[in-house]
Amino acid sequence: MELLIASAIGILTAAGIYLVLRLRTFPVILGISLLTYAVNVFLFTSGRVTVGAPPVLRDDITTYTDPLPQALVLTAIVISFGMTAVVVMIGLGAFLGSDDDHVDDRPALPDDGSEGTS
Amino acid sequence: MSLFFIVALPFFGALLPGLMNAAGRSACAGVTFTVTLTAFIGLLTNLPSVLAGDVVMARVDWMPALGLNFTLMLDGLGFFFALLILGIGLLIIAYARQYLSRADHMGEFFTYLLLFQGAMVGIVLSDNVLLLLIFWELTSLSSFLLIGYWKHLPAGRQGARMALTVTGMGGLAMIGGMLILGQIVGSYDLSVILQNRDLIQADPLYLPALILILLGCFTKSAQFPFHFWLPHAMAAPTPVSAYLHSATMVKAGIFLMARMWPVLSGTTEWFVIVTTAGLITMVLGAVIALFKHDLKALLAFSTVSHLGLITMLLGTGTAFGAMAAVFHILNHATFKAALFMSAGIIDHEAHTRDIRRLGGLRTLMPVTFMIVSLAALSMAGIPLLNGFLSKEMMLEEANHTVLFNSPWLVPVLATIGSLFSAAYCFRLISHVFFGPVRDDYPAKPHDPGAGMWLPPALLIVPVVGIGVAPFLAEPFVKLVTAAVLGNAADMPSAHLKIWHGLVPALYMSIIAVVGGLAMLAIFKPALRLWEGTPRPEAKVIFEAIVEGAARLAQLLILPLHNGAFTRYAAVGTVTIVFAGYYAWTTGTLGAPTYAPQAVDPVLVSGWGMLVAATVGMVFLHRNRFLSLILMGIVGLMVSIGFVFFSAPDLAMTQFTVEVVTIILMLLALNFLPNRTPIESTVLRRLRDVAVAIAGGLASFALAYHYILRDPVAASISEFHLANSYKGGGGTNVVNVILVDFRGFDTFGEIIVLSIAALLIYALTETLLKGPVGAKLLNRKPDQLQAGGVHPMMMVVLTRGMMPVVMMVGFFIFLSGHNEPGGGFIAGLIVSIGVVMQYMASGFAWTSARLKYPYHGVIGAGVLVAGLTGIGSWFVAKPFLTSDFTYVRIPPFEKFELATAALFDVGVFLSVVGAVMLSLESFSRLARRAGTTESLHPMDIDPSRGDAASLSTMKEGV
Repeated sequence: MELLIASAIGILTAAGIYLVLRLRTFPVILGISLLTYAVNVFLFTSGRVTVGAPPVLRDDITTYTDPLPQALVLTAIVISFGMTAVVVMIGLGAFLGSDDDHVDDRPALPDDGSEGTS
Repeated sequence: MSLFFIVALPFFGALLPGLMNAAGRSACAGVTFTVTLTAFIGLLTNLPSVLAGDVVMARVDWMPALGLNFTLMLDGLGFFFALLILGIGLLIIAYARQYLSRADHMGEFFTYLLLFQGAMVGIVLSDNVLLLLIFWELTSLSSFLLIGYWKHLPAGRQGARMALTVTGMGGLAMIGGMLILGQIVGSYDLSVILQNRDLIQADPLYLPALILILLGCFTKSAQFPFHFWLPHAMAAPTPVSAYLHSATMVKAGIFLMARMWPVLSGTTEWFVIVTTAGLITMVLGAVIALFKHDLKALLAFSTVSHLGLITMLLGTGTAFGAMAAVFHILNHATFKAALFMSAGIIDHEAHTRDIRRLGGLRTLMPVTFMIVSLAALSMAGIPLLNGFLSKEMMLEEANHTVLFNSPWLVPVLATIGSLFSAAYCFRLISHVFFGPVRDDYPAKPHDPGAGMWLPPALLIVPVVGIGVAPFLAEPFVKLVTAAVLGNAADMPSAHLKIWHGLVPALYMSIIAVVGGLAMLAIFKPALRLWEGTPRPEAKVIFEAIVEGAARLAQLLILPLHNGAFTRYAAVGTVTIVFAGYYAWTTGTLGAPTYAPQAVDPVLVSGWGMLVAATVGMVFLHRNRFLSLILMGIVGLMVSIGFVFFSAPDLAMTQFTVEVVTIILMLLALNFLPNRTPIESTVLRRLRDVAVAIAGGLASFALAYHYILRDPVAASISEFHLANSYKGGGGTNVVNVILVDFRGFDTFGEIIVLSIAALLIYALTETLLKGPVGAKLLNRKPDQLQAGGVHPMMMVVLTRGMMPVVMMVGFFIFLSGHNEPGGGFIAGLIVSIGVVMQYMASGFAWTSARLKYPYHGVIGAGVLVAGLTGIGSWFVAKPFLTSDFTYVRIPPFEKFELATAALFDVGVFLSVVGAVMLSLESFSRLARRAGTTESLHPMDIDPSRGDAASLSTMKEGV
């Protein structure tokens, strides 16, 4: 079971990195989202993986899974939404402003900055 | 007056000139003068205790753990320098009032001047070396502003930059030296450091510390080989040159050498480095000064030379040398400031500072002539003026100094330095004031008003006074010298007097004056010789070094940092993988502490879907819409994984966030191209695949390794499980951690989320107001639009669902403390409910029914959470201490009331506000892009039956 989780993290990371290395904003944002999943799952597993023992206290149960990583990951998920939204907005703003959604700085063209005069 | 006020006054006063600027130039100068005068009087109130030999202290602990305390100390030395800084400052302010023209922004000038003054006073009164370093850097910065005050002059900007570079680098070196000293002694308090001479000098780190500190002193005081910045700083307005470059800033290095004299001096290293540097600077500066034609350049190099003289005196390490140094600091400050101000007067009246274009001013400017003559003759070392006395003492000291085993080296060089010094003084007087009156001055020279000549004239009073009656200054000089010496050496018994008898120093002095006159006589051939001699130009060398450093940095950085995000990402990934690999191979690997668990078929199918969707995303990412759907599947699988592995809260959060994220991405995709074109080469893609696989393998290995082993240190989770119910009153441990144990973290996190949302809002506003907004207005949709944008079925459904969603949100919120749920999840659920209304009925319709703006909701959330935290202060508990109780209101069951729930309300509100504000911002962009607005909830409404309802059936363009 652990192998499955670890391999899922690995595959999510690899796919995330590959997409982050793309040239346009949209796949890069998707890649970052995949990396976010990978990181969140990794953080989550740092509290061991336990089946059927949620950290909700009951009178007759004594074993619970580790609640701490869950609390950390919970806020991480919400924050990552905020960050994704900001990145998407920046990417969108850049595209709307220049009709170009490349993430890399393009080499300066000779007529750079003389927009509208020629 | 407390020392704190003396230091703080100029800084606070710096706010005033800018405010008073509109009130007129005199008001502006007047307020600056008043501030300085107040500080000056405050300083004088401490005079009795200083005279009594006490050290006045003022102390506030700032960061005691770091040894950084706001400690001020006033002894004789500090008093002396503070007196110079504030006293000459007063004269400079009065002078600058007259000097600056109407075109100059006076408020700005005086603001910088007061900042500088405060920093200087801070240096000389600091008792903590770290504090001293802060003030030291502040003088570098404020002098940069002052030198570059005339921003339109390239020379001013270059001079300012050079001064900042050189003194700033020296300051950095000095920080290192001071930290070493502090480490050796174990305290950063100067008063403690000064008591530990033996400890410091015995330490192996003494030499590095000495060199680093001297680097700071030498750069600041323009000692060879760092002397070149000072003449270039002369591009500053003359009041700045007079203030910074004669009396104060360049003396900061001297001050520090004097301050550190008890612990650093007396060793061979100190003697050789300081004396040699001082000697070279003195001779070199004097020689160059003689051949300068610009009055201020001449004075600048003469300052360099005199600073060298003082440095040399401090370098000898004898008590007599220190006394001579103190005396010369005093004398030099008086005559040099007077000379600079006079040079400014000549420049101001004759509109040139070029000695070759001047001459014969004696009759045209008699007052200025008198001032300059007395000051220059004092500098040349003519008896009955104060410069003579200290120069005599210097020659006397030089006579007893044996450097590099040669008893002749120092006396001869000192005499040569004095000779050239006398020569340029004579040249200054004769070439500017004597000779025939010319008729080609750029402007008709005449004496200025009293406001301008009075400040330098006042400085002539001590020049003559001390020169005639040196015994008047003796008690003060001895007081300061005693402060310099500390308990490292005994007070010299020598007295300040004019006639010492026929001692060697007198003969050396006579040689210097006569030689100076002779040099003036042969000035023309000497000048030709000088101009014919090739010599390095410091500015060219400096610029070449700066250029070289910049090129080296570019060489190093540009291959990695070329503006391509993808390259950073690739380089970063590879670096992290290698660092991890290194740690992996060099660290020790413990045995697994857990056995792998059995594989569940449900898990395998979930894993299969996750992997399929992920791999599908990689292959199909060019189709952006499809890849969004695949991402939804990935998110869903992750949520289900959380359910499977006993994390219901996480599953709910992930699921709701997934919904919101997908909506957000769809809103963005509305504007972005639908497909990603193929641009990268196959090679490039192979490289990316390799990098990605390396990263994936690394994280797989790390995760697999980690998941089977216990952490190195014991986890604190047990505490939370044990105290959740007893201390926090909740059985859902995750929620109790969020709102109680780690409430402060959560508070920070909702603030971050809120800032993100506000950032998105601000970006949208900027976009809509700028050219993008105009562009959007003319935007044509790049694909077919749905005919019915707001279909009736959806409107009816979502309308009916809304109360249900609200109820679910409410339930999730309330049950959060004891069952899975809480403010975060409830906030997301309610947001989704509201978003559904937007989607179904349109932006305008929904917005019109919105009572509170989302910013308000965000603010209310943060406020509620913050106030809940503050509430615990009223019962004298730390921020965010929670409390709970159980109440029973018949006929309901007993239920719990917890302050944590109130905090959760804050979390809830912030999340709703942040999510909605983000989505709303995106849809505002869409709204601008020319979609038809309808105030009705649905496009086709049979009950309305009007033409408008039918007309919108046509696709919304």
